[in-house]
Amino acid sequence: MSESESEQKTNPQGDPITSSAVKVEAGKDPHGEAKKQRVVTPEHLFFEAPRERVFITGSEAGKEAIRRANVDFSVAYPITPQSETMQLIGVLYGEGYVKEYYRGEEEYGVMSAIAGASRAGVRCFTATAGPGTLRGIEAIASWPGHRLPAVIIFTCRVVNAPLAIQPDNIEISYLLNTGMILFHAENQQDVFDFILKSFVISEMNDVTLPVGIAYDGFFVTHARGYVMMPPKDIKLPPREAYHGAVPVLDAENPPARLSRDAPVQKSNFMSYNIHAVWQQEVWAAQERAKKYIRRYMDGLLEVNNPDADIFFIASGSAAAQSREAMRLLEEQGIHTGLIKIRSLRPFPTLELQDACRRAKLIVIPEFNYPGWLAKEVSTALYGECTAHMIAGPRVFGGMTMPVELIVERVIGGLRQVDPTRVPVGASVGAEASTEAAKAVSKEDVNRFMQNI
Amino acid sequence: MYLKKEHLYKRDEPYVLKPGPEGYVPPAAASMGIELPDPGEGLIYGRKTNEDAVMEEIAKQMLTGKNPTLFPGPLVLWNWNEHARIKGHAVLEIANEIPGVMIIPMPDYRPKYPKIEPEEEINPNHPNLTIWHNKIEVCIFVGVHCHYANLTLKMIRAGTNCLTVAVCAEQGHEDAMLTVRDSDDSKLRRLAQVIRKVRESMGIPAPTRPPYGGGKREIVTPGEWAQIRAKGLAMSMAGAPKGIPLREGEMPRV
Repeated sequence: MSESESEQKTNPQGDPITSSAVKVEAGKDPHGEAKKQRVVTPEHLFFEAPRERVFITGSEAGKEAIRRANVDFSVAYPITPQSETMQLIGVLYGEGYVKEYYRGEEEYGVMSAIAGASRAGVRCFTATAGPGTLRGIEAIASWPGHRLPAVIIFTCRVVNAPLAIQPDNIEISYLLNTGMILFHAENQQDVFDFILKSFVISEMNDVTLPVGIAYDGFFVTHARGYVMMPPKDIKLPPREAYHGAVPVLDAENPPARLSRDAPVQKSNFMSYNIHAVWQQEVWAAQERAKKYIRRYMDGLLEVNNPDADIFFIASGSAAAQSREAMRLLEEQGIHTGLIKIRSLRPFPTLELQDACRRAKLIVIPEFNYPGWLAKEVSTALYGECTAHMIAGPRVFGGMTMPVELIVERVIGGLRQVDPTRVPVGASVGAEASTEAAKAVSKEDVNRFMQNI
Repeated sequence: MYLKKEHLYKRDEPYVLKPGPEGYVPPAAASMGIELPDPGEGLIYGRKTNEDAVMEEIAKQMLTGKNPTLFPGPLVLWNWNEHARIKGHAVLEIANEIPGVMIIPMPDYRPKYPKIEPEEEINPNHPNLTIWHNKIEVCIFVGVHCHYANLTLKMIRAGTNCLTVAVCAEQGHEDAMLTVRDSDDSKLRRLAQVIRKVRESMGIPAPTRPPYGGGKREIVTPGEWAQIRAKGLAMSMAGAPKGIPLREGEMPRV
């Protein structure tokens, strides 16, 4: 090893952790290792290749996924807590694993550049967080309508004033109705797996939609966890843009020039119906994505302890906290289950109804104030489940979620030992043995609806 | 009443794709639980069925429906590459088996201003105008990019009584009443043979003249038609790209 190489700061796996240029021996090709990568099938990369256990941060897990993703184009604009991830993608660019990379002007420009590059037919990746998500959201919300395959990470953080950089996943609520596919990663392993699998799902002809992967800033991005990874010398096949649902864009030539042509509804001879069916088609593509999510990600949700009648329904870091709550409750002799929602869009409505068929108590912990997951769950289970439902606990603005807070909700909600442990507005329905007691009062429902 | 009685469904009743007009903003078939066919299968009115059975149903409908029409899209209409040319020729073989068939192209997807000429072309932004104008009650879309085909199929089902067929090079289309998938040139030729077989079994004589254009206008003479078929020429558009290079090792599957 040369002297210059030994000066390189590295993590325990030997990967560079600074933004400095990769130092290589004179005369050695800096892209040498990248050039040795060979293309394998997605199935081999995901399920068959041997995996090695490493202990890395969420940002590093993102980097390692992109190393194997055969990405053509990536644009970065820094924002905490995303900056480290995109800085590491810059390191990959230096090593030749990403073909093009630059820093954008701001998020609107970044998301617009991703749109152009994706429509031109190359595989695209970027990441942002919190205020950056909202700054870029006009462009992001146009991706599904343009049928642009791309993968974007949202390292969730506070977006509202007063400004803060701490974890809070409120931005997910803004993304739920853009038409993009949206996954919520719980830990570093999810980050690695979801990113790689998202490229394949996104580029399926009958899907052809962008995929967003949200995970909670700092809790996942900056914390280390164990990740099982296949070797560095294999990668996904390249994007086959000519099999997409829309033509590869040639800005000057038909068959489709999009922005160069006038809006689809401008002519008096054109029907409002075109935009209506266009939106239907985006959401139809979401439906079609379900089979690939089942094939590659083992389902839109994960059910732990399906025999339980008390369930946590959670996603992201709240799912991780719920696992620990399950353990504490088991020590107290209370058997609980966890339904982890992997895919927020498409939402696993039927799977959730199935899993909750026998549930008596449902607790929905979240890292945001408005409780977007509780809304989703309530809608999905309306008329399908008689469980007592507790929309919470919820923490926000950068707070952590003590596991005891979740345990309290279960004890307060199930046993009615100390109902004051559950805020009045967070609870609806009743765990009861008589039909009369199962009746839900209108006041309860009103309070619950105001609370979520 | 915005929906016709026959298009109203009970809660647990499977959704069936029928010719419309289905009414004001009918749902996308995918959102009603209709899934795309697996390899070797097609869809008949939303149900997964053996591909041979689907082809026979396509043949029956195209041979008996009013004003049968082929709508070739950019993928078979333009001379992108050799495979596109071969496939375009296979589409002409299908046309050559259907008496009185019209060929109306979908040359591109751009909105047309100030208005479309419905005898010249069909466009995904307002396909109903071409269907209505030419009184088309059964049609085949082939060589249209999937997104634009899906838009077109939804609008036709909403506002017209036309039975739609999608012959797709990829996974097929739930919003078409009949669809087959993975349609390369050999499968297109197989469809032409099935149509011939069904036509003969129904006692329908072979076409005696070339396909019409929109409005049943004559677009080629029998002599020109024979020449087109003999040379295997794809239709071409002035200014169209001359070919798209494939990635190394990529098989053309236009």
